[in-house]
Amino acid sequence: MENKKSVLIIGAGPAGISAAKSLADDNVNVTVLEKEHSFGGNINNWAKLFPNFKDAAEVKSQLVQNFENNKNIKILYNKKVTELKKHNQKWIANTSDGEVFESNATILSTGFKVFDAKYKEELGYGIYPNVITSVEFERMYKDGKIHTQQGSVPKRIAFLNCVGSRDEKVGNHYCSRICCIAAVKQAIEFKELYPESEAFIFYMDIRMAGQFYEELYRKSQEKHGVVYIRGRISETSSTIDKKVQIKAEDTLAAMPLRMTVDMLVLMVGVEASETTTILSKQNNIDGPYGFAKSIDIHTADNYSNENGLFLAGSCKRPLTLTESIADGKSAAFSVIDYLKQTK
Amino acid sequence: MHYHPFIIPFTAGAIILFAIIIFKFIAWYRKLDKKQRFYLRKNILTVKSIEAIKETFQEALIHRNIYKTNPLLGYMHMSLAFGWFLLIVFGKIEASLHAQTLFEEPWLAIFFRFFVRDEHKFFMSEIFPPLMDFLLLVILSGVFLAWIKRFKSSLLGMKKTTKHSKFDKIALASLWWIFPLRLLAESSTAALTGNGSFLTGTVGNLMAVLNLQNFEIYFWWAYSICLFAFFVSLPFSRYMHIPTEVVLIFLRKWGATAGEEYSGYTDFQLNACSRCGICIDVCQLNFTANIQNVQSVYFIRDTRYKHLKDEIANNCLMCGRCVEACPVGLELTVIRQQLRNKKEIAGKHYYDYAQPEQAEKKYDVVYFAGCMTHLTPSIIISMKKIFEEAGINYWFMDENKGACCGRPMRQQGFIQQSKDLISINQKLINSSGAKTLVTSCPICYKSFKEEYVLDIEIKHHSEFINELIENNKINIHNSQKSIVYHDPCELGRGCGIYEEPRNILSKVGNLKSSGFEKQNSLCCGGSLSNAIIELEDQIKIRNHALENLTTCNPDVLATACPLCKKTFVHGNKAKVMDIAEIVAENISLHNHSSKQKENNRIKTKIKL
Repeated sequence: MENKKSVLIIGAGPAGISAAKSLADDNVNVTVLEKEHSFGGNINNWAKLFPNFKDAAEVKSQLVQNFENNKNIKILYNKKVTELKKHNQKWIANTSDGEVFESNATILSTGFKVFDAKYKEELGYGIYPNVITSVEFERMYKDGKIHTQQGSVPKRIAFLNCVGSRDEKVGNHYCSRICCIAAVKQAIEFKELYPESEAFIFYMDIRMAGQFYEELYRKSQEKHGVVYIRGRISETSSTIDKKVQIKAEDTLAAMPLRMTVDMLVLMVGVEASETTTILSKQNNIDGPYGFAKSIDIHTADNYSNENGLFLAGSCKRPLTLTESIADGKSAAFSVIDYLKQTK
Repeated sequence: MHYHPFIIPFTAGAIILFAIIIFKFIAWYRKLDKKQRFYLRKNILTVKSIEAIKETFQEALIHRNIYKTNPLLGYMHMSLAFGWFLLIVFGKIEASLHAQTLFEEPWLAIFFRFFVRDEHKFFMSEIFPPLMDFLLLVILSGVFLAWIKRFKSSLLGMKKTTKHSKFDKIALASLWWIFPLRLLAESSTAALTGNGSFLTGTVGNLMAVLNLQNFEIYFWWAYSICLFAFFVSLPFSRYMHIPTEVVLIFLRKWGATAGEEYSGYTDFQLNACSRCGICIDVCQLNFTANIQNVQSVYFIRDTRYKHLKDEIANNCLMCGRCVEACPVGLELTVIRQQLRNKKEIAGKHYYDYAQPEQAEKKYDVVYFAGCMTHLTPSIIISMKKIFEEAGINYWFMDENKGACCGRPMRQQGFIQQSKDLISINQKLINSSGAKTLVTSCPICYKSFKEEYVLDIEIKHHSEFINELIENNKINIHNSQKSIVYHDPCELGRGCGIYEEPRNILSKVGNLKSSGFEKQNSLCCGGSLSNAIIELEDQIKIRNHALENLTTCNPDVLATACPLCKKTFVHGNKAKVMDIAEIVAENISLHNHSSKQKENNRIKTKIKL
């Protein structure tokens, strides 16, 4: 028992949880530290998942199947790691409540946070009541009703892609990868609830690179009549009856465009979470935009430059849920390999 | 006649120098534009010329401005310029007194000690040797400082000094040696004849010990050749600033300003730059982003020698910090603007589709938010609240659509296109019949003030709000929050609005100082004038500015420009608010029954 190797996992999102499961199955002692009071990370922000509309809660419960019988796994909640450092071949993690955790290897699975739409003041988030984020849309959908602040069903809704992604002005050049398909999904969900209402999606490019994404995109147009407008929204304002007035450019028609919608949904992009950035910087494994950097994206994507510090999931770059779960398992294999070599 | 062959280099050099300078001045004069010539003719015979003489004395000789920024550097320039000037003046007097004519050989003053070897007696002759020695000593101390500056600029309080061109190096090297050689030449003569005073006499005695006095003639030759080298390289080197600055001071006093286009006045300004490098130290691109080839000194140099690259002209925030620091007072941003003008698209119209419109009815005040303010809607909401509260009959001109003020186009060199935008707005503003035009954007504000022809009072919202407060049109309460105010470049250095924002803020909060106030304010880095700067460099400038503005941890970082606000918000360092937002947040509604007013307003709008 004393010689048993211990692994610390920071973050109980999809990547952290699946890594924990694979390690425990291999008889490694795993402690998972989660800053929130529940596991699942960003899954908790979703009602249904693209591309198959599977219930997010169901995936969440599948992730922790048989956990209660597994003595190797310990998940601790409300533990926010503020410092991580290597000391005598051990990894020492300090939490904000003053606890210290020691391990032979540590997996960073600290995930992402969504872009704070308030930075794009011109879009009116936090200023006009009927400008919401995609995360808030999911929450409303979970509660069963999409409604404006006044309580009515929007007759017209617009989704705006690339809020905080592919935007030099906010300093994020990269594509967040999940927002295009999420907009398609949400537009379909909206149209299924309210077939009489209109839905518009403003985009720069539609990136449908996953399995069944393209089909969904097609279905949204053919079956649900979602209207796609290529162009970004430049300004918003509020009308007297609290509708949102949009100024944009239809770049396919090469025309400026002004329209009024009852609700504007901002598809907020993916950014490195605060903990990801802090812990990466402390260990000099920080890459661009505050994400953590792996040794090689092709062949050693779970390894960091620090021996014994591993990376899993969207702390490295924007990943889908599917990819995060797989990456967690992959990280577990890298850790097992490492523990064998270090004895 | 006093003659020796060694006077030939000096005399030839002086003739060449004067010929070239006169040729250049005439060429530039002919290139002056109509307006500049008009002012010149108008003011040449007025008291302004006397003021110019005074300023020439203060700036070109005493170097008061450099002295103010950096006393040691000021002394260096003063000792060389003023010292040399006096040496020439008193040398001439001495020579004239000796020759008893005003028209003695022109080189006699320069080589006086060589030609007048024996103890000479004329009116006040005994005061000249010590006086001339003293002046030489002063100049030599300046040369000594110049040496130090070249080898270790930090000793003279300069972080960076200018890199030199070929002619600069020749001129500089000869300038360095002119006075030490004069000392050696005069001292060796003194050693032979005993006509030296405390300096030349002493050095002469020392030379006699070393038997150096026999080299006398060579020292005089070297001195003359050095003068030749300096004179001949001067018009092509930075030292052209010596004669040009004097002319520039007169032109400026007579009322000339740099216009939209490159003109002869631009040439005068380019050549009046002494390349002192003071602009390098104040440039944020230099000290935060490590960009070191675009500063005004290099821009001016490249323009003067006609190898300016667009990249150099365009990589500038146009913040105007160098304009404030320039001891010669050059219009650096205006000149840069002239060089940005795109010749190839002059006269092309981009906005034919935009039809000039008319205001629907008459108003007292026109509000022009500007493009940047439309990207910060909280400023617009706040301005609306303030207008309503003050009960002003205003027209929000660009609420639903509107043309840009034209300044960003102008700054990128699209002059015709900028003028087209201006004419659209001009017609619309004039049709409103309003007496006041209020804008929330300092970029628009500067454009309205400088480029538009409007019969209307133009106010930035900080001026307008300040008046509303002073006239008790709105009541505000003090939030007791600590506030640091950031002067936007275009509003502060650009238009000289410093006091109004501070007056407002001191009434709504506890105004603190950042150490970078007014003329010394930092650019936020978001300037529209620089379209080619890399994002990461922009972020460095922003973060450095934020760091310095928030050292006292204010509750609010206030600014009066939507662009500064947007830039700083991304820095995540403090709560950033526009002055209008802070006022709107602290407006006291109790005096008017504002709620009632609000309701009435909504009702009337619904009726419409």
